[in-house]
Amino acid sequence: MHEASLAGGVLQVVEDAARREGFARLLTLRLEAGQLAGVDVRALRFALDSIAPGTVLEGARIDIDEPPGQAWCMHCAQTVTLRQRGDACDVCGGFQLQPTGGLELRVVDMRVSDD
Amino acid sequence: MCAVCGCSDDSPAHASHVRQTLDATGGTLHFGAGAARVSVPGLTQERAIQIETDILGANNRIAAHNRAHFQAHGVTALNLVSSPGSGKTTLLCATIQALKERSPNLSIAVIEGDQQTSFDAERIRATGAPAIQVNTGKGCHLDAPMVAQAFAQLHSHDHHDHDHSHDHSHHHHDHHHHHDHHHANANSLLFIENVGNLVCPAAWDLGEAAKVAILSVTEGEDKPLKYPDMFAAAQLMILNKTDLLPHVNFNVQRCIELARRVNPHIQVLQLSATSGAGMDDWLHWLDHAMEREHQHAAS
Repeated sequence: MHEASLAGGVLQVVEDAARREGFARLLTLRLEAGQLAGVDVRALRFALDSIAPGTVLEGARIDIDEPPGQAWCMHCAQTVTLRQRGDACDVCGGFQLQPTGGLELRVVDMRVSDD
Repeated sequence: MCAVCGCSDDSPAHASHVRQTLDATGGTLHFGAGAARVSVPGLTQERAIQIETDILGANNRIAAHNRAHFQAHGVTALNLVSSPGSGKTTLLCATIQALKERSPNLSIAVIEGDQQTSFDAERIRATGAPAIQVNTGKGCHLDAPMVAQAFAQLHSHDHHDHDHSHDHSHHHHDHHHHHDHHHANANSLLFIENVGNLVCPAAWDLGEAAKVAILSVTEGEDKPLKYPDMFAAAQLMILNKTDLLPHVNFNVQRCIELARRVNPHIQVLQLSATSGAGMDDWLHWLDHAMEREHQHAAS
């Protein structure tokens, strides 16, 4: 359940932004949790719902994008899709794969209201 | 009557309109105070803010600070991760004992992470090495701030060691002359024993030189594939308890093959902390890890 810590990280980023930007209310928040980032999106959503009451996250809509996993196949010398670590290359069936995409774990942007 | 515009509307909606446009410091009305800098009747002042911030950014900043701090003190820090019961603490005790015989001048310290109790730190202290126990409570992993705090505490216990100089480098070979200029604690190992958990600690950088994943042969050989994030993050996999191989159904080759599927570069050592078999390779690996860190710090 490290998603609880990640939710705390999200809250910290949003609170920092609230101090910096001085908005009144968070309307929507967009996160990215890549398919290879080691995050269970359902657990993250549950954790965010749990900590939201009484914080700047309360009442905001939270969208979580899941950028697809991608890897550089050293054998094929090209970028291939990698749905999960340990899967074989779709093209050559090998495992010489270096993940290059879907590792994102970040707060992308937000829509806020000043009233 | 409304005090701002003089109309006769006393409704709450009108009052809130007045509140948001009347400057608290005086009687100035700001209709374009929102970020859009313009008042559009009927629209609320909404705006988009680009953030593009790593959720683990705060942890990673402190981890980077830890890493710089370790390098400045000549500390090679290793983050030991595994399931509960893989034999991490037994391996650590055996390692400390072996290192004390081989390299008496090497200073070794341990940060022990567990949800509760200081049993493990007590086992380490019994070997003579200083140990700080970090109890994470409900937490399932160590994070960089915990390690920063624990290291500061170790260091405050340890400051008298800083005065030694130049008596430490004799185990380096001739091609590492420049290491002779490091001061005494250039030879120092910090083992960070993470909370027993093959999932959560993978994501948290503590500032370590390398993550070392420990898997015992009494567990399933398919764990590298079941918990791929941890084996992807580790530089070294140690297969522990190899003395039990005759008694268990554990295919070593298949285990290594699965680990290399998730991490083609992972190094593998097989040992038994109890029988001592394979310990020399591990001690050799530690020597190399320290040399790499020193070269990195010197460059």
